[in-house]
Amino acid sequence: MNSLSRRRFLKIATTTILAAGVAGRATRALAAAAAANGGPSGTRRVPTYCDICFWKCGAIASVRNGELWKIEGNPSDPLCRGRLCPRGTGGIGAHTDPDRLRAPLIRTNQRGEEKWEEVTWDEALEYIATRMKKIASDHGPESMALFAHGVGGTFLKHTLKAYGVNNIAAPSFAQCRGPRDVGFRLTFGDDVGSPERTDIENAGCLVLIGSHLGENMHNTQVQEFATAVGRGASLIVVDPRFSVAASKAKFFLPIKPGTDLALLLAWMHVLVAEKLYDADYVAKYGFGFEQFAASLTSYTPEWAFVETGIEPGVIRATAREMARYHPATLVHPGRHVNWYGDDAQRSRAVALLNALLGSWGRKGGFYQPSSMDIPAYPYPHYPKASRPTVDNPGRKFPFAHEAISTGIRDATLTGQPYPIKGWMVYATNLLNALPNQAETIRAIQQLDLLVVVDVIPSEIAGWADVVLPESIYLERFDELNPEYFKEPFLALRQPVVESPNDQKPNWWIARSLAQKLGLGAYYPWKDIEEYLEYRVTAAGLSYPELKQKGILHGPRQPLYFDEGAPAEFDTPSKKIEFYSLQLEKAGFDPVPRYTPPPPGPAGSFRLLFGRAPMHSFSRTQSNRLLSDLMSENVVWINHTAASRLGLKTDDYVRLRNQDGVVSNRIKVKATERIRPECVYLVHGFGHTSRGLRHAFGKGASDSQLITRYRTDPLMGGTGMNINFVTVEPEA
Amino acid sequence: MARYIMVIDTRRCVGCMDCVVACKTENNIPEGYTRDWITETVCGEFPTVGLEIRTERCNQCANPPCVSCCPTGASHVHERGGVVLVNKDECIGCKACLAACPYDARFIHPDGYADKCTFCIHRVEKGLDPACVSVCPTHCMHFGDADDPLSEVSRLLTSRPQHTLLPEAGTKPRIYYLT
Amino acid sequence: MTEFTLYRHNPLLDPAVHVWGWEIPVYLFLGGLVAGLMIIAGVRLLIMRPTARQALVCCTVGPLIGLVLLSAGMFALFLDLSHKFYVWRLYLAFEPTSPMSWGAWILLFVYPALLANALTHLPEAIPALAKRVPVLVTISDYILARPRIVVGIGLANMAIGVALGIYTGVLLGAMGARPLWNSAVLGPLFLFSGLSTAAALLHGILVLTTPDDERPQFADFLLSMVARWSQARPLDTRIAPTLAQADNSFLTIELGLLGFLLIGHLTSTAVHQQAAGLLLTGPYAAVFWVFVVGLGILVPLVIQHLELLHRIRHTIAPSLLVLSGGLVLRFVLVAAGQASHWATALP
Repeated sequence: MNSLSRRRFLKIATTTILAAGVAGRATRALAAAAAANGGPSGTRRVPTYCDICFWKCGAIASVRNGELWKIEGNPSDPLCRGRLCPRGTGGIGAHTDPDRLRAPLIRTNQRGEEKWEEVTWDEALEYIATRMKKIASDHGPESMALFAHGVGGTFLKHTLKAYGVNNIAAPSFAQCRGPRDVGFRLTFGDDVGSPERTDIENAGCLVLIGSHLGENMHNTQVQEFATAVGRGASLIVVDPRFSVAASKAKFFLPIKPGTDLALLLAWMHVLVAEKLYDADYVAKYGFGFEQFAASLTSYTPEWAFVETGIEPGVIRATAREMARYHPATLVHPGRHVNWYGDDAQRSRAVALLNALLGSWGRKGGFYQPSSMDIPAYPYPHYPKASRPTVDNPGRKFPFAHEAISTGIRDATLTGQPYPIKGWMVYATNLLNALPNQAETIRAIQQLDLLVVVDVIPSEIAGWADVVLPESIYLERFDELNPEYFKEPFLALRQPVVESPNDQKPNWWIARSLAQKLGLGAYYPWKDIEEYLEYRVTAAGLSYPELKQKGILHGPRQPLYFDEGAPAEFDTPSKKIEFYSLQLEKAGFDPVPRYTPPPPGPAGSFRLLFGRAPMHSFSRTQSNRLLSDLMSENVVWINHTAASRLGLKTDDYVRLRNQDGVVSNRIKVKATERIRPECVYLVHGFGHTSRGLRHAFGKGASDSQLITRYRTDPLMGGTGMNINFVTVEPEA
Repeated sequence: MARYIMVIDTRRCVGCMDCVVACKTENNIPEGYTRDWITETVCGEFPTVGLEIRTERCNQCANPPCVSCCPTGASHVHERGGVVLVNKDECIGCKACLAACPYDARFIHPDGYADKCTFCIHRVEKGLDPACVSVCPTHCMHFGDADDPLSEVSRLLTSRPQHTLLPEAGTKPRIYYLT
Repeated sequence: MTEFTLYRHNPLLDPAVHVWGWEIPVYLFLGGLVAGLMIIAGVRLLIMRPTARQALVCCTVGPLIGLVLLSAGMFALFLDLSHKFYVWRLYLAFEPTSPMSWGAWILLFVYPALLANALTHLPEAIPALAKRVPVLVTISDYILARPRIVVGIGLANMAIGVALGIYTGVLLGAMGARPLWNSAVLGPLFLFSGLSTAAALLHGILVLTTPDDERPQFADFLLSMVARWSQARPLDTRIAPTLAQADNSFLTIELGLLGFLLIGHLTSTAVHQQAAGLLLTGPYAAVFWVFVVGLGILVPLVIQHLELLHRIRHTIAPSLLVLSGGLVLRFVLVAAGQASHWATALP
């Protein structure tokens, strides 16, 4: 948690807030009040914030004649600027989804058979508490682990920490953005964060490496991306697939998969060799530049051409293009970057390229985010864990700064360094999030207790002993969101409608469980609003105003170095580390070094996966509004490669991976938009949970085919783009 | 008299379908049906490829064949802005208008009548943009009055190259795509 | 190479337009057939020789059957409506630009015209019925006593029949959105196809109503086709040589109009050429060539020609072929028309 201490919390005086909140926004407050008190034709409008993905956009839900009608963006929300993404707009479908979990369930048959008995909340919580107590008495409380994704996990984390649990992880680190944050920390001493601190809006030149903004629908980023495109910003897209972003690009570099680091090194080679980098910036803030520059000499564009398939002339031209717009050249760090197992080093190369261009701390590059200081609720101290966490024994992955989800899975499988006997899983479909489903299932079989808290019967819920149905975000209060962003703000999630069945909000579940575990003292507040009001008031803000507006704003802070944002780098040298002594000391390459990716079996395609704008992970496919937009995924195959296999668009095929795993049937998209040696599909489809009646068996699951992964030696991330498939026509 | 049009910037559009789902919630469109949709047209050979993504809907044609073929007058041109609407209480569900539309922009609502994009006239009459326009995260859609030379849509039409869909079908479509 | 992806799944439209199923082709076929019956009935009424059996069939039995068939056709049309209980809205408006509105109003006049034609000679045609319902005789006598009314009925049947026949074609022909339909030829094409089917139907009725012992058996028909085709046969005045003759003329004109339709499309824009291709070489070509052109027009032309040459006996075979050809023509045009479109990028 030292990441939090290093962030610059804003100390905002009460008077400042009052001034900004009342005087500066009087007119808006009036408008919002009018809207909240009924609005036109008897509709009720309630501000809240979204939970279909983790971006947490401010939303205003309209209720007409007691029925949830529509959800729009909150105009005063800096994240969505009044415009939600399709998933947020389609959030209604999460409320009306007929496949939702309705009541607590206890397993009656073998794990994974999806046979349940409906029980009362009291029975379910009693069942969990009894088994948690047994695990604690047999193995110690640390033998319970929590996987939680998103803001809704806050209260369960609180309960489990109060119980003495220290093994708490989310797949968002080791399966998603971890390598990026490690690479940037090693270089700049700070994370990219979420929402990313990328100033896309002001970028003169934007470089996307495998990042498919537009298909990847992170609202603010896509809005800023469209603004940049509309402004005519120079766009360089590197991708084996002609993505939507690529179609807007000035330069599309159709790279051979797995060779991005070679391109990055060649770009840096050109910038250094042609002295195009930001010399003043590097001299002022850089450490170890000479050694770094010396290590680049062999990485010529001609060398990179052989690896990447990108013409040397194009590499030079794009490097010069980046230099032309610097420091407003943003080489986007991406988000899901666990690709090939060398991802922290590749991300470090992205960081270094940005450093050469001087974009960190500069307009059009990376800004300095800030947030409002909302005091924590004064809970009793958590008990001190008697054993360290299991996910990274002996600091095997020295640069992991968050818990490694797959590390907990390994410990569960092996019982080392100590046994893990219980999992609680909140809002993350581990079977589809972690690579190698068989390993996850074997780990589950080692458990004495698997509890899943979710809104839909996900695949992981199918393996649970107890399934707890959560109210969806439109039906519950939740933790406050004081987001780190361009401008500080505080957002509230509050219920718009009631839960249709016996679903309960996460805070109620967490508190009730704590009470069953004899931890009532950790929940001194009577209900969630008391908790929320305490924290908001303690920050010198008005809770009623927050309820009415959904968003409160803090004063804008300097974003860039030249505006007065502090140019501080929390690295050992307190500078931008072009040459990393801490990597060297730990036995790693101090400057990224390229290793070609091992090729796949002959006649097979590399399996790549990505996102569709209307779905979040594997949790929205049963949302009828969103599945109406895309109900099954398709496998992209290069047109020529497909013709050679006698396949055309809309033919059904199955994918067989190198380990003989065969996918569900999936339609072909024979297209000119992808290189011939890889196939691509959108993640989240091919559901096998029978409870997801609408989504069951539609499309294919990439997760099922990702049986192999390569672990990043720096931080334990699982590189997943190393699987290969053959395509078999469906008879 | 106003003449409502849409101007859509295909350079900004990412095809996220927010317009589609916004229309569905705003207008209570039943599951399995839609008044607007996305198309993708790809030309060229990898890696020299071009892609145009368009959000499409009823073109609110100035010469609407769906109106002229309607036997009951249920399909009509609204006095405000020239928007083509269907009066569901006059529609007999003969589907001539579906067959007459070169854009396949109409469908039969499960309740039996022909349904289509209304340019969200109920919102427009309150001074709001159509739902699809107001939700678009890329700000690629613009709605306004083509007869007002100072409107944003008029300005966009004079400043950027554009095309309409199937102008050769003779319907005089009023949704313009900036390229 | 162009790839086109449409992210829309509206029923009746996607992946291919299929707004009209079997009901509309059946309605168009029956509408055309009734139009033909009306015209023939009108003409026969004006040049009546009451003693001739075939004239009575044309003027009385034809219209009576027409009333039944038209009702069946309108029932098919009604089945196709998706907002059925609002069907009365058709008669609260007349939309001059809408062929369907024209059709709705024309249909209103078809019933009385057909009925009048049938009533004129009903007592002679179906004496048994007239005996039981004497008022029929009164009506018939009243009409026949006033030649101007007879002429009026005949002309009205001809005029309304032409309007009805053309309307069934214009209904499709006015759809600019479907290039295959979008031709003025469709009006006369459906009119003459309707006439040919009507003549064939009446011809068939005459053959069927010939007393059993005089009617050729199927084996006889086959023999007359194969073995005795060159053998001249006696003139059989009872079995409508004029109808067969007329039918041949209608079929010949229909064939010509089909040719004009395709020539028009083939010499027009790319989308129209593509539309014609659907019939000529595309997915509908087999049905079009075999069932419409071959069995529906050319074969009955030959058979009826032989009948007229008295080389073979009159049978119901050509009637059945022409009728089924007319029906298949409607089906194939409705289906292929919906498959034709302006968006050439579509697969």
